[in-house]
Amino acid sequence: MINWFETFFAHSLSIQSEIIDSIWETLYMVGVTALIAGLLGVVLGIILVVTETGGILENIKLYDFLERGVNAFRSVPFIIMLALIAPFTRLLVGTSIGTTAAIVPLVVGTVPFYSRQVQNALLEVDPGVVEAAEAMGSSPFEIIIRVYLKEGLPSIIRVSSVTIINLIGLTAMAGAIGAGGLGNLAIARGYNRFQTDVTIVATLAILVIVMISQVIGNYLVKKTSH
Amino acid sequence: MIELKNIDVTFEDKEQTVKAVQEVSLTVEKGDIYGIVGYSGAGKSTLVRTINLLQRPTAGQVIVKNQELSVLSPKELRTARKKIGMIFQHFNLMRARTVAGNVAYPLKGSELTKEEIGQRVDELLELVGLADKKQAYPSQLSGGQKQRVAIARALANDPEVLLCDEATSALDPKTTGSILELLKRLNKKLDLTIVIITHEMQVVKEICNKVAVMDDGRVIESGDLVSVFTAPKAKLTNEFINTATHADQALEKIRKHPSLLDLHANDSLARITYVGESTSTPLIASLYAQFGVTTNILFGNVEILQETPIGNLIVVLNGDKHQRDKAIAYLESKQVKVDLIDTSHTVIPLRRTKIS
Repeated sequence: MINWFETFFAHSLSIQSEIIDSIWETLYMVGVTALIAGLLGVVLGIILVVTETGGILENIKLYDFLERGVNAFRSVPFIIMLALIAPFTRLLVGTSIGTTAAIVPLVVGTVPFYSRQVQNALLEVDPGVVEAAEAMGSSPFEIIIRVYLKEGLPSIIRVSSVTIINLIGLTAMAGAIGAGGLGNLAIARGYNRFQTDVTIVATLAILVIVMISQVIGNYLVKKTSH
Repeated sequence: MIELKNIDVTFEDKEQTVKAVQEVSLTVEKGDIYGIVGYSGAGKSTLVRTINLLQRPTAGQVIVKNQELSVLSPKELRTARKKIGMIFQHFNLMRARTVAGNVAYPLKGSELTKEEIGQRVDELLELVGLADKKQAYPSQLSGGQKQRVAIARALANDPEVLLCDEATSALDPKTTGSILELLKRLNKKLDLTIVIITHEMQVVKEICNKVAVMDDGRVIESGDLVSVFTAPKAKLTNEFINTATHADQALEKIRKHPSLLDLHANDSLARITYVGESTSTPLIASLYAQFGVTTNILFGNVEILQETPIGNLIVVLNGDKHQRDKAIAYLESKQVKVDLIDTSHTVIPLRRTKIS
């Protein structure tokens, strides 16, 4: 049994530290992107909700502009987006290759998706509660912080966990153009060098990360729902 | 306290223009419990929303406590709104906050310290009888309890006005009664002016001292409760009143079961309505003693509106035609309204008898 295992996973066992590094790289890309895209996505999602027709800061022109922008960016396949914004990435971080460079396209690829998810999450907040807050003399800013974000928190956590899982998928794709991480490992080593066991190990590692994100997400949703 | 002058609210979109409220003028005095009653779509909710400018009127003025709201800056309007409480049909509590958190919501940002806010919350919950539910979440409460929390929240900033938008429509009759009881108590205790929007005349009857009837965006009748109830002018007002007194349903039942009636030549079916003092004189006994007319009561209902008793009876008067006429004349001389009811089985609206 041990023998069979050692034979099958021979390549993986010989590059253990590289695998560990790849896991860290993936976590780094996911973590940093989640922070930046999370912030931008929440802000954009809020702007979409409040500027919509009937929103607390109704502004149809701004809404239409943002809505079209979000849709346009969402329509670009991520693998093309990587190539498309490479010049912009170089401008921003000096290079278009490597883990840090990958964060730029990852953010650009995640924000439109996430902002739309946040928008939908916030639309679940009972409009009656928003109206009650207005009737109590709350300012639009107060309503955003104390009503939308507070009441919408469980939904926001739910869509965040969906987005993070999606994001893990994107980091793997970014790996294809030299971003490092588990995606790069699976493709550059496992696929290109016919080391199938490495691909399997990378897949398992990704599955574990996805599952952990899901468990944490579900726990937080449960904890914040009343 | 509240003055609405020529309020119009018009909703426009590409396809159509809806005139939700048209030329409504109302005055609510301090301490009033003012009922606005009408069927759904009559524009009541839109109208009440103009009082705190949740709905900006297309035309007209909204004056609350001598302050015209529509000319205020957004900031001034928010300050004014803190003094106008509002409760809703679906309570609109925040699910993510506890009962105490909901009640404390409007107090944040005031000059009160954290301890003072806590104290105020306790006071308010005490006032609405929910002190023991402080740490519960709205999802753990019944409808009536939720509305009590909403009332406590609406009163947090010591408003002088409370707007109730169908506040009891989602509650069962018993809970409705207890919420109305609470509102009545708050009206007395805090000298709170209350505006109640409802489609149930029962609610108006229970606690209002003034009433306005709305239909198709307009106020078709308004005045103090007892006079509107005893002498309604508009047909719709009459309809609403009948839903509250049940006299029409009773009459309908009697018509459907002729065996209940079994009228003879010397009988006539009549509806008797009396207000106030006449209640204390023994009328029925007098009819027999003075005219030899016996009275068989088929249906009876006495309401107390604003401390004034109002009676509704459906009776069969038995006696010689001549004596019966005299008896009716006697009743009318005592300010008792008598409507003779056509006993043929077609349903004909009540006919007022005129006796020379």
